Amino acid sequence: MTRKDPSGGLLVSPIRNGTVIDHITAGEALNVLRILGITGSTRECLSIATNVESKRLGKKDIVKIENRELRTEEVDRIALIAPHARINIIRDYHVAEKKGVEIPKVLKGVVRCPNPGCITNTNEPVASTFEVLDKGLHCLYCDWLIKNDIASHII
Amino acid sequence: MYHIISIRDFERSDLDYLLDRAEEFDTQGYRSRALEDKLAALLFFEPSTRTRMSFATAMARLGGRWISVDSVEASSIVKGETLADTIRVLSSYADTIVLRHPKEGAARLASEFATVPVINAGDGAGQHPSQTLLDLYTIRQSMPIDGIDVGLLGDLRYGRTAHSLALALSLYGVTLHTIAPGGLEMPANITLELRERGTEVIEHADVEEVIRDLDVLYVTRIQRERFPDSASYYNVASSYRITPDLLTGVRENLMILHPLPRAGEIDPAVDRTPYARYFEQAKNGVPVRMALLHEVMK
Repeated sequence: MTRKDPSGGLLVSPIRNGTVIDHITAGEALNVLRILGITGSTRECLSIATNVESKRLGKKDIVKIENRELRTEEVDRIALIAPHARINIIRDYHVAEKKGVEIPKVLKGVVRCPNPGCITNTNEPVASTFEVLDKGLHCLYCDWLIKNDIASHII
Repeated sequence: MYHIISIRDFERSDLDYLLDRAEEFDTQGYRSRALEDKLAALLFFEPSTRTRMSFATAMARLGGRWISVDSVEASSIVKGETLADTIRVLSSYADTIVLRHPKEGAARLASEFATVPVINAGDGAGQHPSQTLLDLYTIRQSMPIDGIDVGLLGDLRYGRTAHSLALALSLYGVTLHTIAPGGLEMPANITLELRERGTEVIEHADVEEVIRDLDVLYVTRIQRERFPDSASYYNVASSYRITPDLLTGVRENLMILHPLPRAGEIDPAVDRTPYARYFEQAKNGVPVRMALLHEVMK
């Protein structure tokens, strides 16, 4: 998948169909994969580049997934840990769609409430619901506030 | 539909309105029959004496009736039924549901599945809005709430009544003084929220250093199960005990409140002082809950 560029840099070859997630916050590529449910046992063909030079971010990560186009709710999850990410949908080697990620005002079923006493951590038929505030994520059921390490709470 | 779930849902004008309504029921000597044809379902999945009985009393005083479930063991929850299903079914029986549940956010969830109003009667370590209203009502009987100094003493970490009351008092420009044992301090996110609302929150190491500056001292129960052993519990509990000696030189209008039940935080000898107002406070549960029940079902 990767080959040595004569100029000394590393190149990741283009994909025919699928998704390229660019401008991921450096070091978050593996969390992006975890959010997308991609593990060692899944079949997707992947290219991952981490800590690549970036004019905008200094360093960035890139993930390419062949034959898979991301759904909106997957993009929402990525926005939480990589707010500058760019999603490129590739069809037949061409960028068919290009979009940024945007953190929605309310996250439903995206983040698990860390409060063990919260009603959303039971067998009730409701999804966890958080409103996105400047100071963190606020659980609309139990009022818990997640301030740090949001990635570890993503479902 | 009007649900009563969290004190956060209320503006100051809403609280004042409900307190005014409670005062009307109180001064009219409970003669209203306004809910004569109404039925309330009291759904209590956790032990409660005052809250459950004062809701039942309030319903009876308004001429209405009630049905109740008093424990998880006596309900279909033991068979694995969800709260959501229980609420759906009860909505078709009663005109309102009063819910006490051990999980935080249970009342919010219930309000999403109910087709009748839901009143939160305490959800885990979360909210207990009817208690807060009766606390405010008791303070207002003696003094205007605006600008007073209120001390919150005891388990401020898990004590839901202290959280709800602190948030409500932040709408009245009070100064809050917190006095809690190590590990049972007010959660940082609540203190932050209070400060964001413009409330001055001052933390104190012990009650003696602040008691002479208070208009209200709100004492909460320090629960034994929060401590690793009995010795450390008694050690902490005894240093937070209110005794008549401690009350020397306090403000004349000082009011000591406690949501009850108490477990030794207040020496019974304090009951005979003019500062003890906790039994009046418990009595005020009736007119306040009459106002709430009437408001959601009128």
